[in-house]
Amino acid sequence: MLTVILVKLITCVIVFAISLGVAAYATLWERKFSALLQDRVGPDRAGPKGLLQPLADGGKMFFKEEIIPNVSNKFLFILGPSLFMITALMTGTVIPWGKDFTTANGTTYSFQITDINIGVLYLLGVVSIGVYGIMIGGWASNNKYALLGAIRSSSQMISYEIAMGISVIALVITAGGTLSLREIVGQQDAGWANIVYQPLGFLIFFVCALAETNRAPFDLPECEAELVGGYHTEYSSMKLGLFLFAEYINMFISSAVMSAFYFGGYNFPFAQELYHAMGLQDGSIWISIIGFGAFFTKIVIFICVFMWIRWTLPRFRYDQLMNLGWKILLPLSLLNLAITVGVEFLRGNLHF
Amino acid sequence: MLGYTITQWIFGILSFLAIMFALMVVFSRNPINSVLYLVLTFFCVAGHYLLMNAQFLAVVHIVVYSGAIMVLFLFVIMLMNLNENTEPQRTWLTKIIAGVAGGLLLVVLVGSLKGAEQLQLASYGASQIGLVKNLGKVLFSEFLFPFEIVSVLLLAALVGAIMIGKKEIK
Repeated sequence: MLTVILVKLITCVIVFAISLGVAAYATLWERKFSALLQDRVGPDRAGPKGLLQPLADGGKMFFKEEIIPNVSNKFLFILGPSLFMITALMTGTVIPWGKDFTTANGTTYSFQITDINIGVLYLLGVVSIGVYGIMIGGWASNNKYALLGAIRSSSQMISYEIAMGISVIALVITAGGTLSLREIVGQQDAGWANIVYQPLGFLIFFVCALAETNRAPFDLPECEAELVGGYHTEYSSMKLGLFLFAEYINMFISSAVMSAFYFGGYNFPFAQELYHAMGLQDGSIWISIIGFGAFFTKIVIFICVFMWIRWTLPRFRYDQLMNLGWKILLPLSLLNLAITVGVEFLRGNLHF
Repeated sequence: MLGYTITQWIFGILSFLAIMFALMVVFSRNPINSVLYLVLTFFCVAGHYLLMNAQFLAVVHIVVYSGAIMVLFLFVIMLMNLNENTEPQRTWLTKIIAGVAGGLLLVVLVGSLKGAEQLQLASYGASQIGLVKNLGKVLFSEFLFPFEIVSVLLLAALVGAIMIGKKEIK
């Protein structure tokens, strides 16, 4: 019992550290990437090639003056960014980062913190709670710009959650009716990745993920031209840092979820042949590590796509955003669901 | 531990928190705080569902109530900018009426508790009906008709809300 708790605790700490580390270096990569697209050099002063820039940024955030508006609710003002950060980190628990491996004395360890059989629903639940951080923070700022930003953000997130949920239902039907992330990834091991069966579903999910993470072109909650800084106008110091940082963690986790749902997670083409050629047995730790590497590569590619989109596309207008969510994505996802059910019924995978 | 199992401890703590947060909903002067305490109450109730092995109900409870309905509540309260200062002063008459109405509700609740000792309570964690698979099978075979009727009811409510929300009806 005690060893189980200890192993789970270590897994938690590792996932936590990886999420934070990836998010920290994503901030640097974002600046480098935008520099690449705009034909600049980007930050290169802190450390070799600017590699220590995230540390410098973090240090700067900690030492900045902390301002809490006098008239606002102090407790809720602090609760806002904390809640946003917690919900961003909570989603990492159900993602299967690699295959299970067995040590020489026969104990099996998992690369996943917990495998609950309602994993997909858990993800949707945590995403739906994520709104509270922004709403509470925006309201407690006691500032019209912040309130407008918070309301924009939450209405945007609620609108896009619906299309996202319906595209996930289509995916679950294709995956054989399981809600466990481990099984969804596992069943892509033998056959094709889900993207082959769900191209439209993936497109909808991807657009919704962009909107849920408040990334450009959906970053209206912090639209500078209209709202100063949006929901974090009044925030300074590390509380602002938490808001900005949680966005990068959200980006990392949504990339991981997309790779797991649609691109086979830790599986990759000709994996069995490679393991066979290397002479690895089932349950070897090297298989887990190579699988984790493949998963991580997919995540990095997705993060790059996120950034590529941010530095290429201009921001939507607010009515365009709502029209896209309700009048295009929602009907499309319903159509996708209907087609999926029809096709799966004809293939004989659905039983009544 | 003191003769109780872990499940009983969790049940006790969750019940205490649920009742405490529910009381805070009523007693807090600021409407925003009320809404946030109500969200916490919902989380405690979802914890009870989990104890009863009703995973689907627990998650849907959080997604629907905490994630959607309470966010809309917050929306309305934030937009109306309700505060302690803007709360209207209540007269003695409204206070007496509220007391009588609350007392009547209490009588009804106590009356409904009278028959409770005859109820057969399912023991915690033993039932498998709350798992998504079993619940889906029951809903779409035995209770298909009521289930579909409920969805029509929801649709009617949606259409009604849109009709009321429209400025002019052509």
